[in-house]
Amino acid sequence: MRLDPTAHAERELGVDQVAVRQAISDSARPPRARALSAAFTFAWRGMLKVKHVPEQLVDVTITPVLFLLMFTYLFGGAVAGSTAEYLDYILPGILVMSVLFTTVYSGIALNTDLTKGVIDRFRSLPIWRPAPLVGSLLGDSVRYLIAGVVTVVLGVILGYRPDAGLVGVISTLALVVVFSFGLSWVFTTLGLLLRSPNAVMNTGFMALFPLTFLSNVFVDPSTLPPALETFVNINPISILATASRGLMNGNAETADIFIVLAVAAALTAVFAPLTVRLYHRG
Amino acid sequence: MQSQLAIQATGLIKSFGDTRAVDGVDLAVRRGSIYGVLGPNGAGKTTTIRMLATLIRPDAGSARVLGHDIVKEADAVRGAVSLTGQLASVDEDLTGRENLILIGRLLGLKRQVAKGRADELLEAFGLSDAASRLVKKFSGGMRRRLDIAASIVVTPQLMFLDEPTTGLDPRSRNQVWEIIRALVAEGTTILLCTQYLEEADQLAEGIAVIDHGKVIAEGTPAQLKASVGSGSLHVRLLHPEQRPQAERVLSRQLGHVTLEPDAAALSAACVDADQGAAVLAELATAGVPIADFSVGQPSLDEVFLALTGHPAEAAEAAEDQQSEAIGEERAS
Repeated sequence: MRLDPTAHAERELGVDQVAVRQAISDSARPPRARALSAAFTFAWRGMLKVKHVPEQLVDVTITPVLFLLMFTYLFGGAVAGSTAEYLDYILPGILVMSVLFTTVYSGIALNTDLTKGVIDRFRSLPIWRPAPLVGSLLGDSVRYLIAGVVTVVLGVILGYRPDAGLVGVISTLALVVVFSFGLSWVFTTLGLLLRSPNAVMNTGFMALFPLTFLSNVFVDPSTLPPALETFVNINPISILATASRGLMNGNAETADIFIVLAVAAALTAVFAPLTVRLYHRG
Repeated sequence: MQSQLAIQATGLIKSFGDTRAVDGVDLAVRRGSIYGVLGPNGAGKTTTIRMLATLIRPDAGSARVLGHDIVKEADAVRGAVSLTGQLASVDEDLTGRENLILIGRLLGLKRQVAKGRADELLEAFGLSDAASRLVKKFSGGMRRRLDIAASIVVTPQLMFLDEPTTGLDPRSRNQVWEIIRALVAEGTTILLCTQYLEEADQLAEGIAVIDHGKVIAEGTPAQLKASVGSGSLHVRLLHPEQRPQAERVLSRQLGHVTLEPDAAALSAACVDADQGAAVLAELATAGVPIADFSVGQPSLDEVFLALTGHPAEAAEAAEDQQSEAIGEERAS
């Protein structure tokens, strides 16, 4: 030791020993953070990330814009006779699709987080166990909301006028975001099971694409072959799209809304505990 | 009455697939001390720490941390310890200040208190200037300090430090050591995993040497070094072809000689600097000029050689990680 030249070479330190000791002795352990407060802190963390890397929002905003423009002007005339009429049908559908696609990113983000050391700290804190996950998804819900709002605003610019006005828009957004919160647990589970963010993305979109296209998002299923029509009609995404159209126009079926909420609750009940367990298994 | 032991572990076992990462580790760590767990990469240090910090459950064995069972009372353990992992446990996408506020809020501090605490710690740790910079732009040393600051937003009774200075330059390493000493002076118990005997020697009161998941030696740094020989003489020759000649001189004076990978270098255990100087004089007499020499502590390799008869084996993945950390440190 004595002869090690590095040991005493540099005593000039950026660390102030007195201040460090003061800081150490200053702290008293506060009562534990309440469950929801911890979750909201994680949601705040999600918001900060968006603030520092606003590019994250590009996906969320570009996708709905592209889909809405493409479908309205490419297929509008052919499918519904006129772009204006098709817009009326498809806008709630595109809204549903854009927001659902955004849920895959929750799984991708979680998978990316897993490779970082910070997750060990979160797991070693004395907090409500689901807080990191519930909080992240609450934060992500803001992204879902942004995707939804972008779709609606663009729709209004293109001439979309929901019969139920602002109330219709707000209740539709609320329903879609709640459903997406439930669905995102599926992708957080995937995010913890699959090896890479790319695998999560591929699996997620491979599941969502067919489910979205085999729904009534784009076309009225009454023209479909009977077997397909049956599938489309029981597809929860169809029911969500139908409920959204209803809410936008002020004539939603209570049963549809109930089914949507029940599916969201069921997805949460199954996949949330699974996600929490996988997250903490180490 | 609280137990005098901060950590009491018996027969901890953990396997991953076919690999038994930890194979029956016993530890007894006194409250208020720094205890070093010394071993090469892949020896089972990190797995042991992760079990004690309740991140993973042991397959067998038991442990009490601050009197709480790590499995049955995991939450109570979490409420009294903090962990500084091998990869810095801070969020790279947030600023230094945001990281500390985040941890403060999660530990239950009110918003204003958390902010004040963050600023106090940034100041004390020499990070004020970098407070609003994203952590991914921090140097390795700054990241480590922030990591430790995050661990004491609420001062823990026990702190786990997993290779806190691996990949740091000497100056940053000394800063981290200063912080560790301050923590212990204020009464925190520290379990320190390290690959460096020097680090354990500088800081720890007791050391357990761990290899292939088992504790192979335990004692104070002095005892450990005595079992190895107090130090070693490293010599690098001006002319590599004279190494056999130099080897004869060294082995006559010092016994067992290790030929190093560098074709011009060799080393041998050596009691003190005087003995080393005598050997150097003899080399000069024998007409073997040297390029450079040092008398230092036994390396981890030498400790392992003495204790186990085989050199410390480093897992390649961990090696890569280490060189990556060094690369980052240099890049900044």
